[in-house]
Amino acid sequence: MATRIERHHYDVVVIGAGGAGLRAAIEARLAGKKTAIISKSLFGKAHTVMAEGGAAAAMGNVNSRDNWMVHYRDTMRGGKFLNNFRMAELHAKESPSRIWELETYGALFDRTKDGKISQRNFGGHEYPRLAHVGDRTGLELIRTLQQKIVSLQQEDKREFGDYEARIRVFQETTITELLLDGNKVAGAFGYYRESGEFVLFEAPAIVLATGGVGKSYKVTSNSWEYTGDGHALALRSGATLINMEFLQFHPTGMVWPPSVKGILVTESVRGDGGVLKNSTGKRFMFDYVPDVFRKQYAETEEEADRWYTDPDNNRRPPELLPRDEVARAINSEVKAGRGSPAGGVFLDVSTRMSADVIRKRLPSMYHQFKELADVDITKQAMEVGPTCHYVMGGVEVDPDTAAAAGTVQGLFAAGEVSGGMHGSNRLGGNSLSDLLVFGKRAGEHAASYADALTARPKVSTRDLETAVETALAPLERDGGENPYTLQQELQTVMGDLVGIIRRKGELEDSLVRLAELRDRVAKVSATGGRKYNPGWHLALDLRNMLVVSECTAKAALEREESRGGHTREDFPTMRPDWRRVNLVCSLDGDKVRLEHKPVPRMRAELIQLFDRAELAKYLTDEELAEFDALAEEAK
Amino acid sequence: MGAKRHFRVWRGDETGGDLQDYQVEVNEGEVVLDIIHRLQATETPDLACRWNCKAGKCGSCSMEINGMPRLGCMTRMSTFEESETVTVTPLRTFPVIRDLVTDVNFNYQKARETPAFAPPEDLAPGEYRMQQVDVERSQEFRKCIECFLCQNVCHVVRDHEENKKAFSGPRYFIRAAELDMHPLDAKTDRKDYAQASMGLGYCNITKCCTEVCPEHITITDNAIIPMKERVVDRRYDPIVWLGRKIFRRDQLSEGDGLGMSGLPQADGHGAEHKSGVNWHREVPAPQVAPVGDDGKLPISEITFDRAGGPSPFGDDVTFPLPPEGLNYAHPDRDK
Repeated sequence: MATRIERHHYDVVVIGAGGAGLRAAIEARLAGKKTAIISKSLFGKAHTVMAEGGAAAAMGNVNSRDNWMVHYRDTMRGGKFLNNFRMAELHAKESPSRIWELETYGALFDRTKDGKISQRNFGGHEYPRLAHVGDRTGLELIRTLQQKIVSLQQEDKREFGDYEARIRVFQETTITELLLDGNKVAGAFGYYRESGEFVLFEAPAIVLATGGVGKSYKVTSNSWEYTGDGHALALRSGATLINMEFLQFHPTGMVWPPSVKGILVTESVRGDGGVLKNSTGKRFMFDYVPDVFRKQYAETEEEADRWYTDPDNNRRPPELLPRDEVARAINSEVKAGRGSPAGGVFLDVSTRMSADVIRKRLPSMYHQFKELADVDITKQAMEVGPTCHYVMGGVEVDPDTAAAAGTVQGLFAAGEVSGGMHGSNRLGGNSLSDLLVFGKRAGEHAASYADALTARPKVSTRDLETAVETALAPLERDGGENPYTLQQELQTVMGDLVGIIRRKGELEDSLVRLAELRDRVAKVSATGGRKYNPGWHLALDLRNMLVVSECTAKAALEREESRGGHTREDFPTMRPDWRRVNLVCSLDGDKVRLEHKPVPRMRAELIQLFDRAELAKYLTDEELAEFDALAEEAK
Repeated sequence: MGAKRHFRVWRGDETGGDLQDYQVEVNEGEVVLDIIHRLQATETPDLACRWNCKAGKCGSCSMEINGMPRLGCMTRMSTFEESETVTVTPLRTFPVIRDLVTDVNFNYQKARETPAFAPPEDLAPGEYRMQQVDVERSQEFRKCIECFLCQNVCHVVRDHEENKKAFSGPRYFIRAAELDMHPLDAKTDRKDYAQASMGLGYCNITKCCTEVCPEHITITDNAIIPMKERVVDRRYDPIVWLGRKIFRRDQLSEGDGLGMSGLPQADGHGAEHKSGVNWHREVPAPQVAPVGDDGKLPISEITFDRAGGPSPFGDDVTFPLPPEGLNYAHPDRDK
C-alpha cells in the first residue's frame, strides 16, 4: 500500500468529544483503560456548548416534591410513551448523581439561597428541575469535562511522566470507517483534518458519541459536524437505528438575519416569562393546548402569569408545552398569515421583565441578538421560528450497557447518536443529563467488554485498503460535482419534503430524490490537496448524511400517525397501535431495510406511576385491560 | 442578490502564502464567516477555515479582520463601509497550518500545565454548598469560549516566540484566577503558582486581551490585576522580604518559588513538547514592574502617557533584543 497510515493501539476509542464522549472517556480511563478521544473539531468546541437551558435532574433543590418518579413521568409523557422505559428510568434515577459529580470536577452552577444547585423551570418538566449556569449551561458542562480530562492527564503525568499515557485527545480527526473482525469491532479508520494523513486506531471497544444529523436540513441549529457520522458508521458495521422518523424542531430559532437563520433562542426565555405573540399581538399558544395536556396548562393569561411566582396553585403557561407542540403552533400561525415580517412569530420578554433582569438572567441571548441581529431584547420582541435541533432516533442500544443492538459486538453509543431514551420527543434539559448518564454507562461497559475479551480482534489489511480507497476517491475523481452543491440539494430535499409537517406524496418524492442524489454523491469530486481541505471533508461526510436521511424519510413514510417529532398531515392524530411499534433501520448491502419491532413494555411498578385517565390517551384497549388487571391485583 | 464586495483573504501554508483578491456577493445581515462560506461554496472549495456554532458560542472561527482579532461569525458586514476592502488573515501568534487555520496547540499545552481544580476532601458529591455571590466571580471567567483571541493579541507572545515557553497567557491567567476565587478549591497557592510558573509577571497590563474578548470578560481588571496585586503584596511584605534576605534560597518555601527576578526560572516547565514547538530559548530576564510605596503597581490610566503600565522589561528596552544580548543555545548543540 502506497499510503502511509499511522497506527495506534487503544483499549477504548471514543468517537466524538461532546458531553457524552468526554463522559464516556473519563469513565473508561477511570476503569484503567487506555482511552482515545476522537474529535472532528478542536477539543472543547463540540455542539454541547450550544445547550443553553440546563441539565434536568430531580434533585429537588427548589421544589422538594420533585423526585425521580416525577421526572420519569415527565420524560415518558414528553416522549408520548414511545420511550424505552428502562432508559428513561435509569436517566431519571441517575442524573442527580451525575450532576453532583460535575461539582467535584469543578463545575460552578448557579445557586439557591441555601447554597445548593439552583434549578429552573422548563417546558414539559413539572417542577423546576434544570441545573443551570445562566444560559450557558452546555459550555459549563463541556468545559468541566474537558478540565476533568486534563486533570486525569495531570495525574498520569505524575505517575507515568507522560500526559498522554492513558488518555489522549485526537483533535480535528474524522473517522470514516469502523473495521470489524467477524462481528467484533477491531478498529476505526480516519484522517487528520489538519494534514489529511490517515490514521488507524486498533481497539476492541468503540463508543460512538457523534451527536446528530441536523446538517442534512436547511434550517438547523446544528454545526457542520452534525452529519450523522455515528449513525452511518453504526449502520455500516451491522448495528441498527430506531425512531429515525422523530426529529425535534426547536420552536424558537432565530429567523433574521438570514445568515443566522436557525440559531437557537433558548427555551429559558419562555421559562423565565417570555411569551409568544403573532402579528396581531395575540398570545396564541392558548389556542394550541392539545387535549392530552389540557389538565396541566393554564387557560387564561392571568392564571399563566401567576404561575411564575406561585407554581403550586396555578397551572403553567402554554408557552411551556413540549417543543413539538410549540413548533407546530408557530408553524400554523405563520401559515395562517399571522407571522412576523421575516416569517416567524414574536417572542417577547421586553414587556415582561425589567431590562436589568433580562440582562442578568438571559445574558447570552441579550448578547446574541445585540451582536447578530442588532436587536435589543430588553426593548424589542425577538422574531423566532422552528429550526431542526435534535434527532430523537439513533443507534438502538441496550439500556443498561449502551451496547449497540444488531450483529456487531464491541460497539457502544451514548448521547444524541443513540436512540430510544427520548421516544418521539425530547424534553428540554433531558439531553445534557442523558449524555452524562449514558456517557458514563457506555464508558464503563466498553471498558468491561474490553476486559472480558480473550483475544484482541484484528484489523484485516483488505478492509483497510478499501477504507483508504474510499477516502481518497473524491480527490482522485475528476469532473464530479461540487460537494457544496450536493449538500445544498440534500438540505433542500430534507427541509422541504421531510420537514416538520409531512405528507405521503412528498415523502415518496423525497425517496426518489435521495436515490438520485445517492448516484451523484457516489461521483462527487473535491479539488485541492489532502491538507485541511474542507471540500474533501464534506465530500466524505455526504454519504453519511445521505444514508441517514434515507432512514428518516423511509421511517417517516412508514409511520402513519402523528406523534412527537413526526407530524403527518394525512394522519394527524396519535394512534395507540403505533405506540407499540419501533421502526428499526438496518443496512442490507447499501440498501436501507426497515422493520417493525415491538416497543419494550414498561414494568408493572413503573406503569402504575401513571393515572389511568392519562394512560387512556396513549394505550390500546388491550393494554388498558392489562393495566386494570394490575391495579386490581395491587388492591 | 446583494452587492459584490472586495475581499482579500490570506491563502497559503507554513511554507508561505499571500493575500488573494476576491469579489464576493454580500447580502443584508451577513457576517464575515458567511462570506468565507460563500467563497468555499463557489470559488474556492478548499479554502480552510475553522467554524462550528456560528453564534459566538464555540470560539472556533477566530481570525484577524482588517488586522483586528475577531470571531468571523460575530463580525457583521454592516460594520464596514460599502467600498471598504475587507482583509482576512489567520491569527498571527500561532503557526499557520493552511489559509485561516492555525496551530493552536500552544493553548492546549498551557491548559495542561495549569493545575486542575482540587476538590475539597471532606465533601461528598451533593454536599457542596456555595453562595451565588461567591460563585459569580469565578463564573465570569468560566464564560470563556476559548477562542484564543486574547492569547493571539497579547504582545508578550504575539511577536515573541521565545516567551511562549514561560508565559501561559491571559486565557490561563483567568483559569488560575477562577480557581483561586473558587469557594471550595482546596489548592491555596494559585497566585504564587501563576507568578512562578505561568509568567504572570510578563503581563504589563495593556488590556488588549480585555479589549478583544468576545465574551466581554474583564480579563485584566478582574483576573490579572487582583492576582498581581496580591502577589506583589506578598513579595513586598517586609517580613517576607527580610526572610528572603537572611535565608539561603534552598531554605525558602517552595511555594514562593519566585526566584531573584520575580519571574519564572526557566527550568523544565513545558520542556516536553512532542509536537514540535520549539521554545528552546532561555528567556532574557526582565525586571519586575516598579511598585510604589503602597506595594502596588503605579497604574494610572489617567495620568500615564499611554494606555497601560510600564514595560516590565524596562521602558528603555526595545525588541527584538540584539542577538548578542541573548543567552540562546541551539538545542542540537547542547548534545
